[in-house]
Amino acid sequence: MYEPVQQGKILSGIWMTIKLSFYCLILSVVIGIVGAFAQGSKNVIIRSLVQGYIQFFRNTPPYVQLLFFYFALGQFTPTYSPDGWLEIPIISNVGWAIISLSFFAGAFNVEIFRAGIEAVADSTKEAAESLGFSRFQTFRYVVFPLAIRVSLPSLNNNLINLMKTTTQAYGIAVPELLYQSVTIWNDYPSAQYPTMLLVFVVYILLVGVLVMSMNRWERKLRIPGYGH
Amino acid sequence: MTSKTTEVIVSIKDVHKSFGDLEVLKGVSLDVRKGEVICIIGPSGSGKSTLIRCINALNDIQAGTIHVCGIDVTDPKLQKLELRKRVGMVFQQYNLFPHKTALENIMMAPTLVLNEDKETVRTRAFALMQKVRLEGKENAYPGELSGGQQQRVAIARSLAMNPDVMLFDEVTAALDPETVKEVLVTIKDLAQEGMTCILVTHEMGFAREVADHIYFTDNGVIVEHGPPKTFFTKAKDPRTKEFLSQIL
Repeated sequence: MYEPVQQGKILSGIWMTIKLSFYCLILSVVIGIVGAFAQGSKNVIIRSLVQGYIQFFRNTPPYVQLLFFYFALGQFTPTYSPDGWLEIPIISNVGWAIISLSFFAGAFNVEIFRAGIEAVADSTKEAAESLGFSRFQTFRYVVFPLAIRVSLPSLNNNLINLMKTTTQAYGIAVPELLYQSVTIWNDYPSAQYPTMLLVFVVYILLVGVLVMSMNRWERKLRIPGYGH
Repeated sequence: MTSKTTEVIVSIKDVHKSFGDLEVLKGVSLDVRKGEVICIIGPSGSGKSTLIRCINALNDIQAGTIHVCGIDVTDPKLQKLELRKRVGMVFQQYNLFPHKTALENIMMAPTLVLNEDKETVRTRAFALMQKVRLEGKENAYPGELSGGQQQRVAIARSLAMNPDVMLFDEVTAALDPETVKEVLVTIKDLAQEGMTCILVTHEMGFAREVADHIYFTDNGVIVEHGPPKTFFTKAKDPRTKEFLSQIL
């Protein structure tokens, strides 16, 4: 077993991983929804902006994105000074990790939701339209609730990937589980294998919880007499 | 039947509509008076469905004018919401919202679009379910209902908006023969209450029984029209005669 200091590192690492995953999951899903809605816009500029965003974030490695966000964009972030000496950027490395990973997974989420949206029959949208629904109301109350049911299995996959990709935040010194584990086995080489094993086990459990709650959600959304 | 006024509620004048190079409507004109029931019949691809879809601006038109309850449908600044409050539409494929119960399907538009009080709408929705003879099915999802039942919910859903005109686009075409009748009965009830109805239909018996006026379209024009009595027995145009001989 670990000494208290190491144990504390592991626990705080797990907690950071959970926080990081949680914020990234939420933000990436929000990005996915907003992006998918914007993709249906009549405005060509909005549509091509979304398309450009997807192409950039989907076609480049997330690790490079993370480094780019933190080192390149991080330079230009305004700083504040609590004591007149220090200059602390308003977005920390954790903040950049959340932003960068959310945008990365969000790009996939846009495409995942788009597939779901395209599965909604035009005639169903027409019915909403002819009842006087605005484009937003049609999306909010008809298209999206149906699309999410189609999208959930792929969304599930992408969110699992996102959770595992949070380990890359190690690259910008976010003290998540992998980062803390590496500091432990750098100090105590003999702890390397057990700690790796621990990392595996923690991820199996964390992803397991995610998968379970996604499946529960999927079951809850099932509509009697629809879709199977 | 209730007395019909002379007030024209839908006025279509010389409407032209193309999809790309294909001209679907080639100058169609017709007037519908308040309380009237109009049936549009004709072979597939003759532009019947396109015509009624133009009435509530689901399709735009290239030339001509359409007025519904005084609203100029072809006005580029058309407030579609104002139009859609006046016009109810029922589709061939019912197009209910599958994730909502029958009652919720009916309640959605009045609460979201008209911002009406939920309890008032609920009472009205229950009454409408009764009207279309579906009491007890309020909490069923569309997937749990037969085609005929779904179509009647769709009719109730449109009626919940208290429209002035109802459009029916081949509403029995996707139904089993035995459920066609229950839907037709519902429409007939409506017609007898004085609702202005425009139907695209292949149900000739129904058209003869319920319609005040029948329009026969072929190849994007109205070939012939008249009240059912004379239309079905004294058709003059050879195209009408041929169509009727095949279908009757």
